Amino acid sequence: MTAPLLTVDHLSFGFRDRPLYEDLSFTLPRGSMTSLIGANGVGKTTLVRLLMGELQPNAGTITFTADMKLGYVPQFRNIDSEFPLTIASFVQLNQLGHGFPWHTKREKVALHQALAQTHLLERRNLAMGRASGGEKQKAYLAQALLTQPNFLILDEATASLDVNTKEELMGLVKELNETLGLTVLFVTHDLGLAKAYTDQYLLLTPGHYEMRATDQMDIATMPDELKSGEEEEAAH
Amino acid sequence: MFTYDFMQNAWLAATFIAITTGIVGVFVTARGMSFLAHTLSEVGFAGAAFAVFVAIRPLDGMLLFTILASLTVGKLSVKQSRREASISAVSSVFIGLGILFLSLSNESSSYATTILFGSIIGISRQDVWQLVALAAGVLLTMGFGYRKLAFDSFDAVGARAQGVRGNWISIYFLLILAISVSIGAQIVGSLLVFILLTLPPSVAKYLGRTLPQMLVISVAAGLIGVWAGLALGYLTNWPVTFFIAAIEFVFYFIALGVHRLRD
Ligand SMILES: Nc1ncnc2c1ncn2[C@@H]1O[C@H](COP(=O)(O)OP(=O)(O)OP(=O)(O)O)[C@@H](O)[C@H]1O
Ligand SMILES: [Mg+2]
Repeated sequence: MTAPLLTVDHLSFGFRDRPLYEDLSFTLPRGSMTSLIGANGVGKTTLVRLLMGELQPNAGTITFTADMKLGYVPQFRNIDSEFPLTIASFVQLNQLGHGFPWHTKREKVALHQALAQTHLLERRNLAMGRASGGEKQKAYLAQALLTQPNFLILDEATASLDVNTKEELMGLVKELNETLGLTVLFVTHDLGLAKAYTDQYLLLTPGHYEMRATDQMDIATMPDELKSGEEEEAAH
Repeated sequence: MFTYDFMQNAWLAATFIAITTGIVGVFVTARGMSFLAHTLSEVGFAGAAFAVFVAIRPLDGMLLFTILASLTVGKLSVKQSRREASISAVSSVFIGLGILFLSLSNESSSYATTILFGSIIGISRQDVWQLVALAAGVLLTMGFGYRKLAFDSFDAVGARAQGVRGNWISIYFLLILAISVSIGAQIVGSLLVFILLTLPPSVAKYLGRTLPQMLVISVAAGLIGVWAGLALGYLTNWPVTFFIAAIEFVFYFIALGVHRLRD
């Protein structure tokens, strides 16, 4: 068996007035799909920031394999209804390349590929400001895929989507996971999605955590604040 | 009308100014910095008044003040939330200083009018070359840093997620904005330079769909405005600034209308 893409070992972290995790240990095998579940404010986004090296742990270590390349889709974006750029131009922003305005042939091919992978080719000339919530999420995903990552972190990517669009996006992520071998960390508080689409889950609760295969997930025994997740997310 | 030296100078200066403010303006609007552009115009007035007081050229005074002011704003408020308040604070100090310097230097009020509303006759060939050099400098550095600037301006959250460092880009852009305001003020005056930095880019925002399209539209709207403004000003003897403002205003409303119709 190959080494896991990510190994977190005895990690402790807290903000000055707010301890978040004590002795957190888990691994993400290559090509796995993992949900990171927990109630609002339990520290999911903070854990992602630790993984990205934006924050330093108080104790413990975070180790990636040398070839890890991260694509990160953050939780909040500010794209208003007058945002002018098309989906394609928006996605293309992540091509930093040589820095000059003109794009190379290879960059155009990569853009086309990312749009194809996210099923956005037909919608690519739509202004982002007018795109639906699902199309926007796909565009964020395409933007992160542009640099050809092998590890994808999605922070609450489905939070503001309706049921069908959620399923569609998750199906897409699953497809990327299978076809490209992407390792995926999917942050959510939607237990149903976690169970249906991911292999294992990391449940964070204040002072505890639990890492299991999703087929062992018993929704009945999960914390109450997560069970009402459906209605809560719809209200977002 | 090109037989007059002052018209040639004005034409050359206006062309470079419209190109620069058109391009810089697209990023100003994308970054939500229109308010700061407005304030820097007022700061430019103070800089020019200071220049009169210490007997240096108005453009140099404007550059000095706008750069100082924008860096102060940047220092006070990298965070968006604090920006408006610190901009207001900085601008009040600078406008006060402008009034002070103008009264200390005993200049006539007509000089203040020139600074505030612009004067095409006032531009010498030497001024033109300085403007062209500054404009070229701004455009060249923007060419080199284009991709990062674009990412950070249109999608700051995404840029941060991909590891693009925003603070340096902010400071660099504040410098560029300060220079653009200073050179733009030479033709339309410091009171109305923000027009060139906000209206053509807004036209571009409503009509353009890709960044290159937006840049072309913005520059075109700016160029047509200043060229037509100069010609009309020459023919009628009315202020050039008036015509430029009116033309850009019309463009803006047409673009807004087109944008609405597309819905
Ligand atoms: N920079 C910070 N300084 C101090 N406390 C912080 C900081 N960032 C987050 N926190 C606190 O840490 C806790 C965890 O925040 P985090 O954003 O990780 O929650 P989350 O699990 O992602 O929640 P949500 O589901 O709402 O996104 C919260 O109580 C938050 O107030
Ligand atoms: Mg979060």
